[in-house]
Amino acid sequence: MSVSKLLSWGHYPYAPQASHPLAWRQSTQTALRELGTRFGTTLPFGNGRSYGDSCLAATDHVVTLRGLDRFISADWNTGVLRAEAGVTLGEVLALAVPHGWMLAVTPGTQFVTLGGALANDVHGKNHHVRGTFGRHVRRFSLLRSDSAPLECAADDNAALFCATIGGLGLTGIVEWVEIQLLKVGSSRLTVKTLPFDNLDEFLALSQVLDPAHEYGVAWIDCLSSGASLGRGIYMSADHAADGHYSSHARRVRRVPFALPWSPVNRVTLKAFNALYYRRQAARAGTAEVDYADYFYPLDSLLEWNRMYGRLGFQQYQFVVPETAARDALRAFLQTIASSGSGSFLAVLKRCGTLASPGLLSFPMPGISLALDFPQHEAKNQALFARLDAIVRDAGGRLYPAKDAHMSGADFRAAYPAWQAIEQLRDPALMSRFWQRTTQQ
Amino acid sequence: MKNILIIGGSSAIAVACAREWVKEGANLFLAGRHETRLEAVAQDLRVRGAGSVGTYVLDVNDYPQHRPMLDACLTAMGRIDIVLLAHGTLSDQSVCERDPEATVREISTNALSTIALLTLLACTFEAQKSGSIAVISSVAGDRGRPSNYVYGTAKAAVTTFCEGLRARLFKFNVKVLTIKPGFVNTPMTAGLPLPGPLVATPERVATDIVRAIARGKDSLYTPWFWAQIMFVIRSVPGFVFKRISL
Repeated sequence: MSVSKLLSWGHYPYAPQASHPLAWRQSTQTALRELGTRFGTTLPFGNGRSYGDSCLAATDHVVTLRGLDRFISADWNTGVLRAEAGVTLGEVLALAVPHGWMLAVTPGTQFVTLGGALANDVHGKNHHVRGTFGRHVRRFSLLRSDSAPLECAADDNAALFCATIGGLGLTGIVEWVEIQLLKVGSSRLTVKTLPFDNLDEFLALSQVLDPAHEYGVAWIDCLSSGASLGRGIYMSADHAADGHYSSHARRVRRVPFALPWSPVNRVTLKAFNALYYRRQAARAGTAEVDYADYFYPLDSLLEWNRMYGRLGFQQYQFVVPETAARDALRAFLQTIASSGSGSFLAVLKRCGTLASPGLLSFPMPGISLALDFPQHEAKNQALFARLDAIVRDAGGRLYPAKDAHMSGADFRAAYPAWQAIEQLRDPALMSRFWQRTTQQ
Repeated sequence: MKNILIIGGSSAIAVACAREWVKEGANLFLAGRHETRLEAVAQDLRVRGAGSVGTYVLDVNDYPQHRPMLDACLTAMGRIDIVLLAHGTLSDQSVCERDPEATVREISTNALSTIALLTLLACTFEAQKSGSIAVISSVAGDRGRPSNYVYGTAKAAVTTFCEGLRARLFKFNVKVLTIKPGFVNTPMTAGLPLPGPLVATPERVATDIVRAIARGKDSLYTPWFWAQIMFVIRSVPGFVFKRISL
């Protein structure tokens, strides 16, 4: 029996998961079979950073892998690291940075596990030069309820290798992952901050500046309208070369509890966004910062998801192809601005052309935008229906790792490879997301 | 570099302590029941920067194996600066109440094996005239509670034994630390209905343990608030205590 109840990062849908922790690789198979027998299906759960229902088991009984937190091997000459699936990216960095290596690809939080990064084929601010996380995965061990542990690589059980990268944890339990790290000249980054006045400026800026830098990302004020529709801050970065390899201790705060209602509303958002824009714009120029400050600004506020109150929030992240991007983004931002909803963190990123080995990988060449909306059933439903139509018409798609709402039809149309995943799905594994989008 | 022997080397608290020690490049020798688990822990510690890591498969209830284990450890490391006794099982109180053999087995694992090991180790440390012996006891040993008195009895024996041993080894410059953790979130306690706010992580407890050993402390409640909680619980008079189901 288990006691602790887990939720996804957005706390929506509210479906507390009973946790069945795994402490040793050797017990994976027994655990998987036992849970399969007792409940029918289960789902591997990492550190709970998926926003919607892709990390929630259809049966609400998950097998928790955070206990598999051991390193297996590391070669500091080649940067090849093998570790159990429950090791977090932050733990990898703490170990690797003093040796002069970093993750080749990292998402916006270091609190995700290697298994989670693999299962969601996460991407980062350097997608245009390094592609997704899956491109830097060399091998992994996959345990399925119907077979002995399999080693998967590009040339070894290739079908399962591709299906598991971005496969949302449905093809088996990943026990360990071997990744290629990136050699860097410093753990510090040279960041260039550049304010832009509207969407067109961003598109022009990122087209010119992205190719010249390792990292590039923008924040936009999604509540501004008219001529300043899509004003924001563009931040490019490159690794410094000063031979400085350490991670300074950050001041970390914690949101102590969730209020019964969400303090995030149109008034607070407008004020915050205007303030943030002015502060960042004042910092325009070049600065040297610790990698964590650029990659993981939100990690210094632990459990920030509580800011959205007890009802939680939904993140809406989509990508649209380059050709349709300008019109789609304009329509998207206008729809939001007129809806009265809005988001603190609207993150805009140009995705590159490097293909992932993963079948269900989210990025495509084009522009990706991510926004957070406080959970409000009626308001979100109406708004998301309109936003979904814009994304659909532009030939874009939503990100399963963030999603709690997309229709099955939209998912299946945007990710035609879903059928290949369904065929390779371990019969003992099923998520609420997969059930919602493919089984009904 | 410190040489450290850990009994129960794959237990969550032991692993968390070992990860602290290897940051300074310590050499480790891990003894425990499960070979594959010990090897997984040893690999992890090597990657994290341990000097050397040895392992030894040992069932602590197999007393004759204690000396060969210690000999192997001394062969591998030469001398021992710190020993941490971290092995144990959480007794199923309801089973023990009906089954004398189960009760005796729990006492053997959690008390007698520790006492046997400490007796052996004491002579090694006495001859070395230096080092630290750290033993994981429990707040459960402070008072006999109906929900957990078999485990508590074993831990009380360990606590008392350590107190005597501390006095004996004091003049040989050997420190003995009695560690009393409260509720810790480990595989040993998985599935227990523990009160969330009082449950600590193994990492938190390990930080306290490593610091207490470095400072040569005699006894440690971890996290700190258990000292206050147990002060209150120890103060409850017997005629009241027997009426409370704790």
